[in-house]
Amino acid sequence: MPSLTDVMTADADLARAPGIRTMAAKGAAPEDAFVDWLCRMGDNCLVLGHRVSEWCGHSPVLEEDIALANTALDLIGQTQLWLGLAGEVEGKGRTADNLAYLRDAAQFRNVLLVERPNGDFGQTLMRQFLFDAWHMEMLRALQASSDKRVAEIAAKAAKEVAYHLERSADLVIRLGDGTEESRTRMQKALNVLWPYTGELFLGDAVDQATAEAGIAPAPASLKAAWDRTVAEVLAEATLVKPEGTFQHKGGKQGRHTEALGFILADMQFLQRAYPGGTW
Amino acid sequence: MSSEWPLWEVFIRGQHGLNHRHVGSLHAPDAEMAICNARDVYTRRNEGVSIWVVQSNQITASAPSEKGPLFEPSNSKVYRHPTFFDIPAEVGHM
Amino acid sequence: MYAQMVKAEGAKSREEMTVEERAFQDRIDRGEKIEPKEWMPEGYRKTLIRQIGQHAHSEIVGQLPEGNWITRAPTLERKAILLAKVQDEAGHGLYLYSAAETLGVSRDELLELLHNGKMKYSSIFNYPTLNWADIGTVGWLVDGAAIMNQVQLQKTSYGPYSRAMIRICKEESFHQRQGYDILLKMCLQGTPEQKAMAQDAMNRFWYPALMMFGPSDKDSVHSAQSMQWKIKINTNDELRQKFVDQTVPQAEYLGLTIPDPNLKWNEEKGGYDFSEPDWDEFFDVIAGNGPCNAERMEARVTAWEDGAWFREGLMAHAKKQDARRAAARIAAE
Repeated sequence: MPSLTDVMTADADLARAPGIRTMAAKGAAPEDAFVDWLCRMGDNCLVLGHRVSEWCGHSPVLEEDIALANTALDLIGQTQLWLGLAGEVEGKGRTADNLAYLRDAAQFRNVLLVERPNGDFGQTLMRQFLFDAWHMEMLRALQASSDKRVAEIAAKAAKEVAYHLERSADLVIRLGDGTEESRTRMQKALNVLWPYTGELFLGDAVDQATAEAGIAPAPASLKAAWDRTVAEVLAEATLVKPEGTFQHKGGKQGRHTEALGFILADMQFLQRAYPGGTW
Repeated sequence: MSSEWPLWEVFIRGQHGLNHRHVGSLHAPDAEMAICNARDVYTRRNEGVSIWVVQSNQITASAPSEKGPLFEPSNSKVYRHPTFFDIPAEVGHM
Repeated sequence: MYAQMVKAEGAKSREEMTVEERAFQDRIDRGEKIEPKEWMPEGYRKTLIRQIGQHAHSEIVGQLPEGNWITRAPTLERKAILLAKVQDEAGHGLYLYSAAETLGVSRDELLELLHNGKMKYSSIFNYPTLNWADIGTVGWLVDGAAIMNQVQLQKTSYGPYSRAMIRICKEESFHQRQGYDILLKMCLQGTPEQKAMAQDAMNRFWYPALMMFGPSDKDSVHSAQSMQWKIKINTNDELRQKFVDQTVPQAEYLGLTIPDPNLKWNEEKGGYDFSEPDWDEFFDVIAGNGPCNAERMEARVTAWEDGAWFREGLMAHAKKQDARRAAARIAAE
């Protein structure tokens, strides 16, 4: 978190805060950056929650079906908070539902990692772990946000995500250090997903603006802690960190993989087919 | 190899100060996961503050046929219950 | 119901009973609960395994038609509510399998019987959910019918089954309401298209919901034995009548028409007269020829088979950890 003690002001004063002023001077609209950033948080939760919920009724064992649904429920709840705040800051009267159901793929701001297909159960758990490890660090930092509303959402979400991380890390370890087959599957999942992790730590103008305003940490600042968690868990799981350095990017700016279009076709179907309906 | 996970009995303390109570069972490969599963399965509605799990086959139970010898004797000790004693109304609450 | 067509032996008269059976029947008649490991007639144990197993299977197969719409729920709140509800069904399946396990059969054995078609699940889940109003209708009618059955089963004679039902009934109280709430929104505040959707759902689900209670058991010897054992408390016909009487005014409030020209109030019996469902269709569905039998079974079997490596992997890890701990103990000694 950048040290901007002088922007720890009330929400209404946010626009007058020094960080925001600097940004405005550069020609970027500060509120737009904040809204964009909130959509990134909300869309990550929305899309991952959607993916995880696809397992409901299809998991390998009842206990796991129930546990995974809890994770999905937490993520949907967090989506409502982040997108709700995005709509509020934007000030155009859009609700969390409007944002979730009436934007097209190019307006979605989630990282590519969360939209990757579920694959086998191992791939779903690996994706969850790689994301949870980042999510936890992010929420930890956000509890010191200059924006009180952000800090409050982060505090609530952090409790839920701490448990998500505990579970996903534990399962990655157990399956990595399980049978030959489970290890092979987990290593394969790691290899497939690894090129989608770099985007979590890539900053752009939006991140710079929110970091300067003390709203959120610079993405790169979370990398060291994430590396540590991931290294520890992979070691215990007897899994090997992939060597390739290439990393995909673009989700945070709205350039997605083909997968997102299908997710939205499913998710938005009713709202699109029956505009003006009451649900 | 049979991969069926062992059965565990789950006990939950509903509120601070209460006893743990048996709420049901579930399957898990080991105790740690049984705790996690119990949290996900049996506390979906804020039911608990503490969880115990014990593998079902580790429980020793009284034999149903011994019900008589085990519990009849205490049936006859009615003086252990406060309602056994008549206290005059004049002395007030006791 | 969720345990339609569970076969049991015919009821015995007191004279036909052995001394043990008579003592057992006396306990049941006194309203005592039978607990695991206590003596029970083999027929009682077998009937219970079949009934509880079928009930459990119905819960987990029942996740599928509704789970179908989780990714398509129209608002974030509806998505969360539906997911929580379908998750509850998984929990209820788990409670019921646990109850069956106290009778000496494992969950994996029961699942195998489901997968190879030797055990059934409720016919209702072989019908498709085609539009969003179906989710409302399933909650309202299907859960409504299920609750009617489950409420009386809380008094069933087998302790673990009764306790599972008590827990399930407590949790299910929101299921029917959330379904009705979906329809309230669509019927009273929605567009004409939404109301048409709701009527369409009603037309498709009314008779399958009535079938859930099973064929008339007036002459069924199986029912007689189950009722003598208090594995079953009310007859199928009693429950069906109660369901219709409860549902008609709820449908009227929504402005939905029940697709039965013979439906009318009968002052004399203090309930509605109504048409029987098409029992040929019911037997076809039970025999595996419903609209979705194949998809439902395929989904269950695939989930189970694809998950085998996961279950084995975790078991293998637990065993390794045990061995490591044991080795560490020995090394320390």
